[in-house]
Amino acid sequence: MTRLAAFVSSLCFCSCGFAQSELDARAAAPIDLSGYWVTIITPDWRERMVTPAKGDYLAVPINAAAQKVADAWDPARDEAAGEQCRSYGAPALMATPTRLHITWQDANTLKVETDYGMQTRLLHFGNWKAPAGPATWQGDSTAAWELAGGVAGPRGRDRTPGERSKFGNLTVDTTHIRPGYLRKNGIPYSANARVTEYWDLFNGPNGDQRIMITQQVEDPQYLWRTWITTLNFKKESDGAKWDPTPCSARW
Amino acid sequence: MGSDTVLGEVVEPMFPFIRRSAGPGLRAVSLWAALLVTVPLFGQTDIAGVWAFIAGQYGQENGNGSELADYTGIPINDEGRAVGLSFSPTMWSEPGRQCQFYSPRYISTGPFALTIWNDIDPVTGRVIAWNMNAWIDKDIVTIWMDGRPHPSPNAFHSFGGFTTGAWEGDTLVTRTTHMKWSYLRINGLQHSDRATLTQYIVRHGNLLSVMAYFEDPVFLTEPYVLTSVWELNPKANGPRFPPACEPINESPRLEDTSIVPHYLPDRNPFANDFAKYYNLPLEAAQGSAETMYPEFRKKLKDVYVPPQKCVRYCCDTRDPAVKCIRDGTGIVR
Repeated sequence: MTRLAAFVSSLCFCSCGFAQSELDARAAAPIDLSGYWVTIITPDWRERMVTPAKGDYLAVPINAAAQKVADAWDPARDEAAGEQCRSYGAPALMATPTRLHITWQDANTLKVETDYGMQTRLLHFGNWKAPAGPATWQGDSTAAWELAGGVAGPRGRDRTPGERSKFGNLTVDTTHIRPGYLRKNGIPYSANARVTEYWDLFNGPNGDQRIMITQQVEDPQYLWRTWITTLNFKKESDGAKWDPTPCSARW
Repeated sequence: MGSDTVLGEVVEPMFPFIRRSAGPGLRAVSLWAALLVTVPLFGQTDIAGVWAFIAGQYGQENGNGSELADYTGIPINDEGRAVGLSFSPTMWSEPGRQCQFYSPRYISTGPFALTIWNDIDPVTGRVIAWNMNAWIDKDIVTIWMDGRPHPSPNAFHSFGGFTTGAWEGDTLVTRTTHMKWSYLRINGLQHSDRATLTQYIVRHGNLLSVMAYFEDPVFLTEPYVLTSVWELNPKANGPRFPPACEPINESPRLEDTSIVPHYLPDRNPFANDFAKYYNLPLEAAQGSAETMYPEFRKKLKDVYVPPQKCVRYCCDTRDPAVKCIRDGTGIVR
């Protein structure tokens, strides 16, 4: 019975924690996310490409408390308070009109920079512990690789023992985020917001590469239900179009 | 069941290099090694089920429908725009169009639930095909997994098209050809019968995410790439085969008039409405590949001023405590 208990606990440990136990996340990466990427703004264009009208909350599952806060949105007040970056926090940033520059800061830290608002997200692999201190716009992010299971390729053969999967995705969990806006026009998220992301990489039929991010924002204080969206980034050959612009409360 | 039985009847068949005849230490090491290289342990991703579309994006398109002449963020060419501007919504009342299927492009982005099931070869147990059904107004898309080739370019085109698929890791990659022309967007943009659709379908727990890669050499200058997400509804009992469409004339005033609803070039009276409603330059509203990219904002920065307040299609949250304008009437509900 002892061996059976050990076997069951082994199953639990391996299915949940294999990727996290890696010592070198960069070497273990099943996909290469590094490089320059540009967002493609298609759905909800008028809410994402430009500053929407006050009171435009389409597609966001707000509750009445959020509506009350958003209806009082005042960009001049945010500017006066030095809070121009309120719509650039982790729950909002990936949906903005931005380019990404993704690099490895070290073997276990993936750095995601944006030119829109000049923000930096640090995605920490392994047993990273968040430092004490005030919440930040990008919060504390822990990351892990999820390796593909099951069949390894188009012919449907099983992977052989020892064969490393060349497929997988990135998962990111972000908390401890400074309160801000889900959209430029003042839809709020609270200090208790949590963002969960799945990053997938696809090779398009015309040879380009795309990142799809499936993003969940949980915030019981201001959202009626979890807000789940998907985002689309296309790889660029270099940083020629990288255009850093500071945060703005209005544009 | 004792632990030796588990080892013999469950573990050994999965990992034949682990033997009960080996010593306990070697068995433990072998078991750990097996587990470390085979995560997760069990088979191909199962994407079967009824998947509810999540209202969190495509707000207006999946709610009340896109505004007429809103082509923002769509890489159409001049021909695509001209065809879109010839569209009148009363077209749907023509007898021949009342039950016209939407394109598989609309399976990729909702708004209706997606039912997926597979067809199994009864002899080999292998999956021959996956099927996708998304309500009454769309053809079932059958994704052939058995390696069969696409037919000749001159073969019959159907509303559902012809689709093949293959697994790349945990992602099902599908390729659809042989579609009939249909609507690229519900507000009248079209795709041609030369369009192709490539989908990347991946499951994350109870979420199903899809990237749809739509290409059309006739009406698009770049791929139109859309992403969407569904949530598994384990209690749903969605029909695999939808009931037949029942023709209904939604515009009785057109009955027996011989009028074919359309607009001649430059005669669409609604062509500028979307731009006016949202203070956008017409160049943005009329779409193009350029409008998809962040640098397009440089053209907008000095000409765009947000409307004072939202007066149309302002929210779609299902929280009944939120009172706001939910459609084009301007009435708070």
